[in-house]
Amino acid sequence: MNAFTGLFVRDLRLAYRQGSAVTLTLAFFVIAVTLFPLGVGPELSVLARIAPGVLWVGALLSCLLTLDRLFQADYEDGTLEQLMKGPLPIIFVVLAKVFAHWVTSILPLILITPILAGSLNMPGDGIWAIVTALLIGSPVLSLIGAIGAGLTVAMRRGGVLLSLLILPLYIPVLIFGVAAVEAAIAMLPVAPHLMLLGGLSLGALVVSPLASAAALKLAVE
Amino acid sequence: MLTVENLECIRQEKLIFSGLSFQLQAGEVLWVKGRNGAGKSSLLRIVAQFLKPSAGKIFWQGNEIAEDPDSYLKSFEYIGHQDALKSALSPRENLQFWMQYRGSNGLDGALAALELNEIADYPVRNLSAGQKKRSNLARLIACPAPLWILDEPISSLDSHHIDLFRNLLMKHVENGGMALLATHQDLKLGNERVLNLDTIERGFS
Repeated sequence: MNAFTGLFVRDLRLAYRQGSAVTLTLAFFVIAVTLFPLGVGPELSVLARIAPGVLWVGALLSCLLTLDRLFQADYEDGTLEQLMKGPLPIIFVVLAKVFAHWVTSILPLILITPILAGSLNMPGDGIWAIVTALLIGSPVLSLIGAIGAGLTVAMRRGGVLLSLLILPLYIPVLIFGVAAVEAAIAMLPVAPHLMLLGGLSLGALVVSPLASAAALKLAVE
Repeated sequence: MLTVENLECIRQEKLIFSGLSFQLQAGEVLWVKGRNGAGKSSLLRIVAQFLKPSAGKIFWQGNEIAEDPDSYLKSFEYIGHQDALKSALSPRENLQFWMQYRGSNGLDGALAALELNEIADYPVRNLSAGQKKRSNLARLIACPAPLWILDEPISSLDSHHIDLFRNLLMKHVENGGMALLATHQDLKLGNERVLNLDTIERGFS
């Protein structure tokens, strides 16, 4: 547990010291979302209708910006092989790093989402729903992203390949995430959608560490 | 005791070495020599379990390491070409992390042993190559292990710090430790055994 906490805290500290990644992710999210009203026009009903999709897609793309560095820095400076030497099993190394990635890269997006949702004229029920849906579903973004990051860790400029590998796998969480918000706005039950998102997160929590660990072992060898 | 039996390494369909066997006892240093590409780093990485050998077995204290990899992994510390340091953190913070990760203690002793106290709190990114190397070597003291696997440990070090490291290595083996060392520079230990990979024509014992 000490090793897990130590790795998690170290990654938080690194993210804080190298604040540019977090700032860039947030800035990209804000700019991407605010570009839509300029593109589709200021019609409030149109903005309210597209807001769930815009916010979810913005979150997906913002998340991609930082995923390629999830393991790459540790791979390049030799830390990854030292981490794999133990005592923490590699699946817990993956989990600690994914958890730190979620806290530093995705949680700030979720915190700023109510403001952006409000600016897109999303009703209050929708804002509550999108924050809840992001909290429950967004771990999938880091977890599935870790598989792609593991597979491309040894590649130079693996970021593009990572996007191609990962974006199709984000489709289910995007569909159910948007559906949860639309259901809330339409006063329909939200719980089934949130439960599906929770199921996706739990499924990714099981699959991702195993797949990522296998990919990282291959990369180090 | 570390025992290597009939080790074979093939990388990208090229035979690096085969039939390689040796033993390393407590209190010994084995200096692995060889030209560039002879397989020194590959051998060390195989012993450190970062590479899988094409054939052969490795035993630690008489037990094949495949049977109990966890206890073997705790028994060595590996210093590779890369420094395993985070440039945004200081040497102290880097060492603190590795000590927490490995579950050891003795930070102040490690910093003092490698003469790092004066630079202990500067970000690693501001340090020279030699200072980074010493910060990495401090992990050997901060996270004690009986077997040191050292791949070019004195590259970038000046003569004073090469002497310093030599003394640390001698103290380690005098206290019952052992070291598998690959370096192009002669550390002048005086009592080390030599394994020359250049002289191995696909078979060595």
